[in-house]
Amino acid sequence: MDWVLAVSICQAAVTAGTPILFAALGEILAERAGVLNLGVEGMMLVGAVSGFLVTVRTGSPWLGLLGALVAGGLMALIHAALCVGLRANQVVSGLALTLFGTGLSGYLGKPVIGVPAPSTFRTVEVPVLADIPFLGPVVFGHDYLVYISYLLVPALWFFLYRTRPGLHMRAVGENPAAADAMGINVGWTRYIYTVAGGVLAGAGGAYLSLAYAPTWLENMTAGRGWIAVALVIFAGWNPLVALAGSYLFGGVDALGLRIQAVGTVVPSFFLSMLPYIFTILVLLVSTRGGRRLGAPGALGLAYDREGH
Amino acid sequence: MAGDILVEMRGISKRFPGVLANDRVSLSVRAGEVHALLGENGAGKTTLMSILSGLYRPDGGEILVEGRPVVFRSPRDAIRAGIGMVHQHFRLVEPFTVAENVTLGLDRPRFALHLAAVEQEVARLGDRHGLKVDPRAQIWQLSVGEQQRVEILKMLYRGARVLIMDEPTAVLTPQEARDLFTVLRQMAAAGRAVVFISHKLQEVMEVADRITVLRAGRNVATLEKAATSARELARLMVGREVSVSYQRTRQAGQEVLLCLEGVEAMGDRGFLALRGLSLRVHAGEIVGVAGVSGNGQRELAEVISGLRPTLRGSIRVGDTEVTGCHPARLIACGLSLVPEDRLGTGLVPTLTVCDNAILKCYRHPPVSRGPFLRRGEIRRRTRVLVEEFAVKVPGLDAPVRKLSGGNLQRLLLAREISARPRVMVAVHPTRGLDVGATAGVHRLLLEQRDEGAAILLISEDLDEILALSDRVVVLYEGRIVGEMPAAQASREEIGLMMAGIELPKDAGGGGQA
Repeated sequence: MDWVLAVSICQAAVTAGTPILFAALGEILAERAGVLNLGVEGMMLVGAVSGFLVTVRTGSPWLGLLGALVAGGLMALIHAALCVGLRANQVVSGLALTLFGTGLSGYLGKPVIGVPAPSTFRTVEVPVLADIPFLGPVVFGHDYLVYISYLLVPALWFFLYRTRPGLHMRAVGENPAAADAMGINVGWTRYIYTVAGGVLAGAGGAYLSLAYAPTWLENMTAGRGWIAVALVIFAGWNPLVALAGSYLFGGVDALGLRIQAVGTVVPSFFLSMLPYIFTILVLLVSTRGGRRLGAPGALGLAYDREGH
Repeated sequence: MAGDILVEMRGISKRFPGVLANDRVSLSVRAGEVHALLGENGAGKTTLMSILSGLYRPDGGEILVEGRPVVFRSPRDAIRAGIGMVHQHFRLVEPFTVAENVTLGLDRPRFALHLAAVEQEVARLGDRHGLKVDPRAQIWQLSVGEQQRVEILKMLYRGARVLIMDEPTAVLTPQEARDLFTVLRQMAAAGRAVVFISHKLQEVMEVADRITVLRAGRNVATLEKAATSARELARLMVGREVSVSYQRTRQAGQEVLLCLEGVEAMGDRGFLALRGLSLRVHAGEIVGVAGVSGNGQRELAEVISGLRPTLRGSIRVGDTEVTGCHPARLIACGLSLVPEDRLGTGLVPTLTVCDNAILKCYRHPPVSRGPFLRRGEIRRRTRVLVEEFAVKVPGLDAPVRKLSGGNLQRLLLAREISARPRVMVAVHPTRGLDVGATAGVHRLLLEQRDEGAAILLISEDLDEILALSDRVVVLYEGRIVGEMPAAQASREEIGLMMAGIELPKDAGGGGQA
């Protein structure tokens, strides 16, 4: 494999990993607060189509991004209302939202299928840094959304482990009864972070339709939301590990595409399967022995103060 | 010591679906006193204190703090008014450090955490009040006694003037309990008030200045300790005279029915929970396993009943080697388990009384024929069991989750005993039961012993172990560290062994591997 190809695959790994990274960071927020959100796939799709539609209307990808964030957040608000407000089963609600999001995005996006985006997030090379051999193009040869995701990772890590709201959020996810007894509003906390998680899933979707593709195709997330959910487990609910994991998945994705482009005897279907097979393998390895290290103690459980 | 009244509760009522937990209860707590709240399980003590600490909202009545009426919407309000509660089941976040748990829920510092400052303050408070604990340790690494100190420190850090302790000694060794009493007395002497929830007469007489007795959700009396006696309190609490002594009618047999040798098993955390444990129980004998919870009790019950794999060592029931056997095979060998978690492991909450009653024998005729169950036979059997064991049920087809704790345990025992077990493992068989139900369960266990069954009684209640057992063994960190006939056992000695302190002279030879 020559040098140019290696650089291009690594660069593509970052690009392909970014939507997964956004979604995974969002899922970390929700799950750290104790809410399992299996609606990520649907939220990404709704985010992608909303972002695209707004961009087509206004011509501004930034307004499109805003639309995607709002759309993802609204989807998550439904999840929060069902699971936190009404204490519905989180798995069922999440699955329902994924189905809903798939259908809704397909419907909304019908008129714009295959329409090229009037304006997209373009590559903006960081001055000086982009000239570093290898690292330059791989890390600093991207668009603004990628740079935002870079900043988001350490920011989120700091928030989780070094701030009071982060501590309170983790307490709510670990032991809501303890958090409640110390005067933390469990319901409110879960609402906030579930919605914040949806906002980030929306950002992941917007990245697909406004930077990665950049166009709208029905079901264009192609399971990336699910990969993000799996990635969170693999990452042990830690944003820093999620960053590495996202690019690993992105790399597998990119590799498959490159091999297809070069031409090989392996059927292209099999190459397209790579990220999903990789997901299963990663889950098998990271959860072997039935242990989910680092899983929030109250993940997936509704909290009811007076009912035991 | 009779200071100003800090807190007054007047005519507090609280209704839960189907129960009136508090019926116009009143309580006044003075600065500088340890005030015991005494009552049986279900008397409404914890509910009353959950109201005072802002966790529940009362349906009626009022609360005054230093003469001013207050309304608590959440525990935060109560803490702000200087009232803090240490729950029986600790409200601690296990993967967090002590300092993180202490600072949890506070407003300041608002954003960035300055844990170093919290750690210093926790260490200082710990030194001053005799509550030593490493502020940087994570909760799961601490012993139960240390975790309790963290709970108290949490409240002191917030400047609590009224400290509510909900059955604080249930999880402690007698020595740890004594240390706790010293701490509580010091706090009272410094002008704080302590409300001490308990159903144990001895400790109430030991630590309290005043005692308020509740029964069935109502006030019975408030007394000065100096002006009352344990006997009077018992009568007030139960509403009748109780005697707690059991007759031993028969000597234990010679035949070993349950034998464990060098058993090792993993706990849920992935550490070795049983470390070479050896134990024998003879026919017609009750062996009580004393120990502070978390020293391998649950794992012990689970390896014997086939619910947890045995890493090393052997287990025999009678002459049959049963190490690693499937529970079905163990049941066939005559093993019976009365588990700790009666509604999770022991019974299936959503199934009916009938279905639960046949869970052990549904595979065999006459309850089943081939793959089919015979409902008529099942009903007939269940009706007999329910009558014989005086289980109060709304109906044979009612789901068992609707039964009260005492009736659940009676139904469970009815099922287990009707299988005529040779070996019975009973884990905390009377936890959460009131005095009447407890006596019933004790009677059933003693009857089984007299019938010749070998019974392993695992309990946190030392009084229960001493009252029922023929022999007492002490479990500490997955090993039996001491053994003695119950008649010669002293609470002192057992307590020391429970804390892991080796005694110079070993009373019974022990079972150390």
